[in-house]
Amino acid sequence: MPKYDSWKEMPIAGVIDKPATAREYNTGTWRIMRPIVDKDACINCMQCWLYCPDMAINGKVKEDGKTEMLGFDYNYCKGCGTCAEVCPVNAITMKPETEFLK
Amino acid sequence: MPTKLAITGAAAVAHAMRQINPDVVAAYPITPQTPIVEYFAQFVADGVVDTVMVPVESEHSAMSAVVGSAAAGARTMTATAANGLALMFEIVYIAASMRLPIVMPIVNRALSGPINIHGDHSDAYAVRDSGWIQLFSENSQEAYDMTIIATKLAEREEVLTPAMVNLDGFITSHGVEGVEILDDEVVREFVGQWEPKYPLLDIDNPITHGPLDLFDYYFEHHRQQQEGLKNAYKALPEVFAEYEKISGRKYDFLDLYRMEDAEYVMVVMNSAASTAKYVVDELREKGIKAGLVKPWVFTPFPKKEILEALDGRKAVMVLDRAMSFGKEAPLYSLVKSALYEAKERPMMGTYVYGLGGRDVTPTMLHVPFEDAIKGELDPNEERYLGLKE
Repeated sequence: MPKYDSWKEMPIAGVIDKPATAREYNTGTWRIMRPIVDKDACINCMQCWLYCPDMAINGKVKEDGKTEMLGFDYNYCKGCGTCAEVCPVNAITMKPETEFLK
Repeated sequence: MPTKLAITGAAAVAHAMRQINPDVVAAYPITPQTPIVEYFAQFVADGVVDTVMVPVESEHSAMSAVVGSAAAGARTMTATAANGLALMFEIVYIAASMRLPIVMPIVNRALSGPINIHGDHSDAYAVRDSGWIQLFSENSQEAYDMTIIATKLAEREEVLTPAMVNLDGFITSHGVEGVEILDDEVVREFVGQWEPKYPLLDIDNPITHGPLDLFDYYFEHHRQQQEGLKNAYKALPEVFAEYEKISGRKYDFLDLYRMEDAEYVMVVMNSAASTAKYVVDELREKGIKAGLVKPWVFTPFPKKEILEALDGRKAVMVLDRAMSFGKEAPLYSLVKSALYEAKERPMMGTYVYGLGGRDVTPTMLHVPFEDAIKGELDPNEERYLGLKE
């Protein structure tokens, strides 16, 4: 649902009046633990990308055909820690969100 | 030309439904509502309406089917009573929050237990905070009229709130009396074509109905529901006036009976008001300034009108056909609260009557007036009419 500032402007009954608005739903705000990748340790195996339940790992295929892990989409990462768990070289650590509060 | 028929209240409501010709009716029969659904099913079987009738296996399913149908964009109705309404309860709230203008006659009946299938208002009171418009009717004629009025009101763009039409179990639903039925075309034109705001079946404009609504917007949607009922309050006089044009019958928030100079006023809803009017007439013959206020509209509660009608009277006796255990009876507490701002606050008394279909006699309804005349009203003492003391 798009952002509304007042009850007067939002559609009644919680109706979502256009399709595919779930993209605008920022589930990353649910996160209490934030995954941080150490790119020096990362071997770009993409196990994290494979197992992430929220498609919150960014990655690409380079020109030479090899994959590269680019980091996290924090708009959608709920901080479940699966990526850290499956990483074969322990390049991902989970840190409390409180450490990132301004 | 309107036709005068000798029919039951249930048949009168079924005729209103036939003339409204809803797209879908999903219902489960429950005493004393059963004849409404039976009569209507007959109309469907005979092909006089083109309604899709969905015979469901419970009231929970009936209300669920009705919500689905109304969300799809169909003009939808159902009917129920007491425990059926209780089984619908969960979805009753959802229908209101989804702003689906469903019309549902409620044949008022005791909500049990102990098991009882006869008339009282505990079912209507149980859902008084569910967000539905609640209209009440004294007799079959009013039940017929209110069904048509409810349809017009509920579907107004600024209202979009479901509506219940209450009639007393057995007394109104099964009693035969003369009812004036308007011409089919007149009713059809009055209710018009239903144009849903967000029909689920409009595949060119895909939408989502009934999504999760957590702490981000739930509060705001409830505020909108409140606005819908405020708008219903504003729209009612207009809808009543339009209905008067086609029927000649005048409705308002309150039915004021011999109220011009009344000093002793009884407030009571639905069929008992007929007996109360008879009692008022008897008292007037003796020179006692008695009067009656019968709310036609319970939700949105006509607080201002109640205040205007009762401010400055000597005594107000409120009769409830249900209890609110451990608290003041529902209608009484609302009337009392409406009188908070009265310039000249009347004496008040609270009476519970007719539970589970207990007979209501003129002798019984004389008691509150007698208490008032003797100056023996106690605003904090709930009294009982016809109780085996």
